[in-house]
Amino acid sequence: MQGLKMVLNMIDLTTLEGKDTPGKVKQMCYKAQHLHDSYPDLPPVAAVCVYPSMVGIARKELKDSIVKIASVSTAFPSGQAPMSVKLEDTRFAVSEGADEIDMVISRGKFLAGEHNFVFDEIAAIKEACGKARLKVILETGELSTLDNVRRASDIAIHAGADFIKTSTGKIQPAATMQVTYTMLMAIRDHYDRTGKMVGMKPAGGISTSKLALHNLVMVKEVLGEQWLTNEWFRFGASSLANDVLMQILKTETGNYQSPDYFSID
Amino acid sequence: MAKKTNKTLESMWDYAPSLESTGHINLKESYDLYIDGKWVKPSSGKYFETNNPANEKVLAKVAHGNEKDVDRAVKAAKKAYDTVWSKMAASERAKYIFRIARLMQERARELAVIETLDAGKSIRESRDIDVPLACNHFFYYAGWADKLEYAFPNRNFEPIGVAGQIIPWNFPLLMAAWKIAPALAAGNTVVLKPAETTPLTALKLAEIIELSGLPAGVVNIVTGFGDTGAAIVEHPEVNKVAFTGSTAVGKHIQRAVAGTDKKVTLELGGKSSNIIFEDAPIDQAVEGIINGIFFNQGHVCCAGSRLFVQESVADLVVRKLKQRMDSLYIGDPLDKNTDIGAINSKEQLEVINKYIKIGIEEGAEMYQPNCEIPSKGYFCKPTLFSNVAQSNVIAQEEIFGPVLTIQTFRTVDEVIQKANNSPYGLAAGVWTDKGSRIFNLTTKLRAGVVWANTYNKFDPASPFGGYKESGFGREGGLHGLRAYVKLK
Repeated sequence: MQGLKMVLNMIDLTTLEGKDTPGKVKQMCYKAQHLHDSYPDLPPVAAVCVYPSMVGIARKELKDSIVKIASVSTAFPSGQAPMSVKLEDTRFAVSEGADEIDMVISRGKFLAGEHNFVFDEIAAIKEACGKARLKVILETGELSTLDNVRRASDIAIHAGADFIKTSTGKIQPAATMQVTYTMLMAIRDHYDRTGKMVGMKPAGGISTSKLALHNLVMVKEVLGEQWLTNEWFRFGASSLANDVLMQILKTETGNYQSPDYFSID
Repeated sequence: MAKKTNKTLESMWDYAPSLESTGHINLKESYDLYIDGKWVKPSSGKYFETNNPANEKVLAKVAHGNEKDVDRAVKAAKKAYDTVWSKMAASERAKYIFRIARLMQERARELAVIETLDAGKSIRESRDIDVPLACNHFFYYAGWADKLEYAFPNRNFEPIGVAGQIIPWNFPLLMAAWKIAPALAAGNTVVLKPAETTPLTALKLAEIIELSGLPAGVVNIVTGFGDTGAAIVEHPEVNKVAFTGSTAVGKHIQRAVAGTDKKVTLELGGKSSNIIFEDAPIDQAVEGIINGIFFNQGHVCCAGSRLFVQESVADLVVRKLKQRMDSLYIGDPLDKNTDIGAINSKEQLEVINKYIKIGIEEGAEMYQPNCEIPSKGYFCKPTLFSNVAQSNVIAQEEIFGPVLTIQTFRTVDEVIQKANNSPYGLAAGVWTDKGSRIFNLTTKLRAGVVWANTYNKFDPASPFGGYKESGFGREGGLHGLRAYVKLK
């Protein structure tokens, strides 16, 4: 139960579609703060995650709620845009009120061996973020080997990432346990060397409570208890929340309830 | 509201115990001997208790077979060999072995729980390793039974006769499978003695064999102590002795069969080396070290108990190793979270503690994680000794427990010399990114099994056995059949 509530509180409730509208974002923002009002004492999710153009709307909805606003940027999901556009994209999202920026790395450059380029790009975006925390999306599904995942994690961490994140959710495979484990190890090694904590966000493909708990166990075993808060660990997911709610109510009542009893915003 | 909840979320997150249930198992209060397809009382009338090492509670009483009982069993095996089993078409023999495998699979859960209760090993291991692997050995050798002419091409072969088999307590069911399956496939009959601390799964296997309709006398299970084993080894009508256990008993068996025409295979102790080079994937290697020494509480004859780390990465490896040891769960073997279960017996725990004391006295630096162990039952914390030399007793003698020694090395030649500098030669592990180095080491290490970038990996198709004082003969795979046929 504690684990399930922890999962809820670590979710970045996400909508990243071409067809997103202000209406859709408003509904999601409400859901973020009222997951299941008929059940008391549920935490809200950690953040909502939207495109830069929707940040303003989300800010208006959430006002000064503890639910944070994360915005993808740097020509998400492909990252195929010039540096100036990526910086502008980031500055726009921050100025609209984003607390967190989810950037994508240039996977093409990375695979071509231009690691310096990738490093410099992350560092520049980090600077453009100002006070906003930076999550760096490696898009591990395109990196293809765990060695590459590890290398990209190290680059991102050294370039100033506050979080490293597996995927955009647009490419399969996304957040597999192997990939998350590899990234957690990179974070652990960095912490052992420098004493600095870096956050982790698996995103894409984690849609069941069981899988989410598997992930939490990994975090606990590899990094320890201090990472088990939404300051240092997040799930990027759109449909996970309802499954967790369903499990919480099942634990409470002993029976599974129809999905129709859980709102789908 | 959210604030309040956040506060509780910051507290420790402990896993709830996840105990495997024991309600589904079927254990009798007392077990007789399984001889000639029947359950018979021991002629001495004596029974001994077998207990659960995790809580010291008695599980069942088991018959103590003596010389007379062994004689009955061997005679039954001989009769079954002469009249039924050696005459039967090989394809029919295969069906019986296959049927045993299927029945074991159907009862996998019960077998796993009983194995955990009787041996103290974690349910995770008995469920995921011991029992499935034991089934696979029967499946594998069922496949060979009618294809032996392909196993020994251009040779004439015949079974040996009655095989006397004595197995240890570390993998009770798995060792029974390793012994029985190839013997039956090659057309032999069997008298098997399980270890006195862990007889229950072998007796459950006897029930399964009975259920399979295997002709009476083909497999006989005689429980007991060392004297029972000695009676099997010394019985004149036993044609082949297969033993897995300590080197001391192995030597004794060698002497006992000298001057007879009995065939012998011995799978004995080990002090295997696990070698980490600087270019190894360190995190994977650390997992491999953990698996190598703490698997089954270190009660593994091929346990990677001597760790050699290249000096350039020694500090890193030791730090990560300690970190990983801190996250191991030691406790109730029935808990699915448990990594390290109970030590098999009080006697063995005393042996391990004796060696730990020796290690401290020898001046080695000891590390144990700061974890709780249950107050009841036989438990031992995972233990690491650094600052160890080849001349330390703890680096020379087999401890058969969760105790690892670490030595460092500088060059490839140095580590090969050190690894081979042991009376044993059962297994070795090599961790490096470089393929050529792996092949260099596999040819030069005097060990029966060399694992590259993995450890304790077992498969029915892969032979297993030792050099030097670790024994001779191979079990598993094609090589395993060779021990159960006479080639002409």
